[in-house]
Amino acid sequence: MLARLRLACAALVLLFVTGPVPAQQLAPREGVTVSIACGALGIELELCREAAQEWARKTGNSVEIVNTPNSSSDRFSLYLQLLSSRSAEIDVLQIDVVWAAMLAPHLADLEGPLGERVDRMFPALARNDRIGGRLVAVPWYIDAGVLYYRQDLLDKYGFAPPETWGQLTRTAAAIQQAERVAGNQRMWGYVFQAKAYEGLTCNALEWVSSYGGGTFLDGSRNFTADNPAARAALAQAGSWVGSIAPRGVLNYDEEAARGVFQTGNAVFMRNWPYAWALAQGEGSPIRGKVGVVALPHGPGGESAAALGGWHLAVSRYSRNRAEAIDLVAHLIRAEEQKRRAIKGAYNPTYPALYEDPEIIAANPFFATLYPAFENAVARPARQAGPRYNQVSDAIWRATHGILRGDDTPASAMDRLDDEIARIAYRARWKEDARSE
Amino acid sequence: MSKISAIEKARARSAWLFVLPMLVVLALVAAWPLARTIWFSLTNATLVDPTTYDFIGFDNFLAYDEGRWYGILTDPQWLNALGNTLIFAVASVSLELVLGVIIALIVNAALPGRGLMRAAMLVPWAIPTVVSAKIWQWMLNDQFGVVNAMLEGAGLIDGPVAWLGGSSLAMVSIVMVDVWKTTPFVALLVLAALQTLPKEIYEAARVDGIHPVKVFFRVTLPLIKPALVVAVIFRLLDAMRMFDLVYVMTGSSEETMTLSVFARQALVSFQDVGYGSAASTGLFAIIALLTVIYIMTLRPLGRDSGA
Amino acid sequence: MRGRALLKNGAMALLWLVVAAFLLFPFYYAVVSSLREGSALFDASLWPSDPTFANYRAVMTDQPFATNILNSLLVAFSVVVLSLGLAVFASYAFGRAKFKGRRLLLYTILGVSMFPQVAVLSGLFEIVRLFGLYNSLLSLVFSYMIFTLPFTVWVLTSFMRDLPVEIEEAAIMDGASSWTIVIRVFLPLLAPALVTTGLLAFIAAWNEFLFALSFTLTNEQRTVPVAIALLTGASQYELPWGNIMAASVIVTLPLIALVLVFQRKLVAGLTAGAVKG
Repeated sequence: MLARLRLACAALVLLFVTGPVPAQQLAPREGVTVSIACGALGIELELCREAAQEWARKTGNSVEIVNTPNSSSDRFSLYLQLLSSRSAEIDVLQIDVVWAAMLAPHLADLEGPLGERVDRMFPALARNDRIGGRLVAVPWYIDAGVLYYRQDLLDKYGFAPPETWGQLTRTAAAIQQAERVAGNQRMWGYVFQAKAYEGLTCNALEWVSSYGGGTFLDGSRNFTADNPAARAALAQAGSWVGSIAPRGVLNYDEEAARGVFQTGNAVFMRNWPYAWALAQGEGSPIRGKVGVVALPHGPGGESAAALGGWHLAVSRYSRNRAEAIDLVAHLIRAEEQKRRAIKGAYNPTYPALYEDPEIIAANPFFATLYPAFENAVARPARQAGPRYNQVSDAIWRATHGILRGDDTPASAMDRLDDEIARIAYRARWKEDARSE
Repeated sequence: MSKISAIEKARARSAWLFVLPMLVVLALVAAWPLARTIWFSLTNATLVDPTTYDFIGFDNFLAYDEGRWYGILTDPQWLNALGNTLIFAVASVSLELVLGVIIALIVNAALPGRGLMRAAMLVPWAIPTVVSAKIWQWMLNDQFGVVNAMLEGAGLIDGPVAWLGGSSLAMVSIVMVDVWKTTPFVALLVLAALQTLPKEIYEAARVDGIHPVKVFFRVTLPLIKPALVVAVIFRLLDAMRMFDLVYVMTGSSEETMTLSVFARQALVSFQDVGYGSAASTGLFAIIALLTVIYIMTLRPLGRDSGA
Repeated sequence: MRGRALLKNGAMALLWLVVAAFLLFPFYYAVVSSLREGSALFDASLWPSDPTFANYRAVMTDQPFATNILNSLLVAFSVVVLSLGLAVFASYAFGRAKFKGRRLLLYTILGVSMFPQVAVLSGLFEIVRLFGLYNSLLSLVFSYMIFTLPFTVWVLTSFMRDLPVEIEEAAIMDGASSWTIVIRVFLPLLAPALVTTGLLAFIAAWNEFLFALSFTLTNEQRTVPVAIALLTGASQYELPWGNIMAASVIVTLPLIALVLVFQRKLVAGLTAGAVKG
């Protein structure tokens, strides 16, 4: 009985250790089914499906679109669960820009077939996807934080779009006050993403970095946000809550912020480019009244937009690696990115496409976005590697404490320092640094 | 006599055979996974590469290195989650208990429409937690939520209240939703206990002209106490592992994070299998302790019915 | 005197209404929201001004929601059948026979019902993959045993124990095996208890979220709660509240119907589980 049990255990461990062996082929075959996880619903899914099926027709293979959770943290958990168990369920994965470093050990190297194409994309993106000398993902579309404003309100009260956070604060307060006197009690000056989630890390990074306060972790994983510029930036953001931003902003994500802005109840909004098409869409109460500029900066800093966007990666455990890479190559072609830009307002990752007259005609605001993409600031994902989620969680919690008014910037940064030390201890960063 | 004892023996033999399939299933779904979790809590395994990890003893629980303490027992986040869980459990269970008793008394007293009321009580309980979390999240939305609209309409608040965003209010909201969802359950338990009480005592009390409030505290409460104790412990254990409501309504926000949310976050979002398992093991230990207390209180009850 | 009684009854009735309103309002509001579309959703009035079924159409056509409902039904029914099947025999042993370690086992099983689900998540996932059940409904049927088995065993054991000894004795004297006794004698007698525990297991399986989220992958294999939690709008950031509310109403209605039809049995089962111990 005991012996048999031991045997069963051994078999279990063996299976767990070895896992299914990925078969490697040289040239793409025909008649293979490649599964791809891209988008969840709506236009995103539709665009992906069309392109993937076009590839399938051309190559004589077939594709299966795996529906993934829409919430990006749920999607990440799902990927991780699959990849860590070496599952071959999904061949091609659509991953967030910050996941490349976290999932790197599970992703196939694409340098050979696709490296040269990535070199023609925005440099920040190419940097992001080369982890430990391997190209683990290929950028599919790029995102960066931008400032939306109500052109009509700014014109009405004689303000220009703000260039500094100070200007934004004053303009927002003045227009909010005036509009409330005029009868709109629900008017707010500025809405952004301050819910305790990844979006707040993006916002915090933009504030701190645009004040010249660094990006929380430096290249050797030292905590850097305990400086006067960072504290000033966070203190300023804390002063918004309850004055020019509703207290509810503490639970706002992108959509909640857009809900307020698009119903006409906010002067400014920080959001990703996707909100443009919706704000200008049919039936939108603010259609034709919206403008987009780069995010403001602090004294002595430069405008900083958090780098976002989604990339395509191939699972190391895929049994159809060659076909999967071929599909990725098909999806990231400039022609395909152009189609996605025109039909879905997805921002191409090739700078050259920002001069394409058809794309600019469909999305006039793309020209405004170009500098934001050029100067986008990456979250400390590369430094933190697999620990990025923990680092980001600590950042957004410290920031949330300041915004709630429960914590001063100084003590919050102290706490953050301690938390990052805890993460470093578990991840053995110190030992890594010594052995390097 | 000998026949009976032969039967007893035969029964004992088949008893194991009958219990075995169920035990095998439980071993697979509960015992083995739990053993894995406890084992991982003593390692530094991560999901990045789940096959290579080191045994690190109790480092995940408590460790000291170069002037700093590490491990969940000194982790402000885990302690915060522990505090939240305790606050949530105590607040929601005591509210549920008080309201449950009140509702049970109303339903027990008001004869017309008792069935209807009981049906109404089952509705919040039957709605899937995920669904009720979504519904409440929508109702408590600070800008478009009906709760704020109604409170504003009644002149109780000036501006929109950020129920799920601002510090302590988020916990208040979660407790409120949990109370909404589970008070009916407590009320049903109390109601069942109330209906077993002998009517004569109340008749006598009424004839003697004793005030109903006095009757409640002197007669009813002592009589339903065993049912209340069971309900409290049952609910307390449930509240200690609260996950889905908090997860759907406020995600992993600091003010409402419970021990279960902390553990899942470390395990799934942070890929930190070792640390997450330590957190799970900690939660399991707390719950095991409570379960032992629960079983101790059950024992006298069980003995009465011959268990 | 009469006036006071009237006042008292009035106050009672008012209290009654307040409680009922508190209990039912959220569901009512979900129905109202589900009948609204577009920007009407952001209007927080209590009546649907122009009700539309567009959200219901969208939920049923844009995604495999019908499949999700079917999945939930399949899982819940299988869970009920499997857990009752296992529990009937186990509870016969626990309730009618005396054997060593019976009490310890019984309390251990009770202990299992207190397990925090997260504590077994990763281990269960390994087993699910080992059996090749990942992304299959069977993985859910299997894993749900962790919470349906302990409580069906306990409730059925308490029912078994309460049945008089004479029932069995006659059969034993006739030389019937334990198997026959369970099937022929106890099963019919337990029918009401089986309905009750079955219903509770059904509801528990229908509502489960964490395992369903972790062990299924594709939309076609998802159960209803996960489908709702993951219901998505037209873009990555949109939350389709109208659709979510419509889906919520769709999944809740059958449950409410079930609860209303079987309310007496359910209450009996719930209280048997906790009060009798």
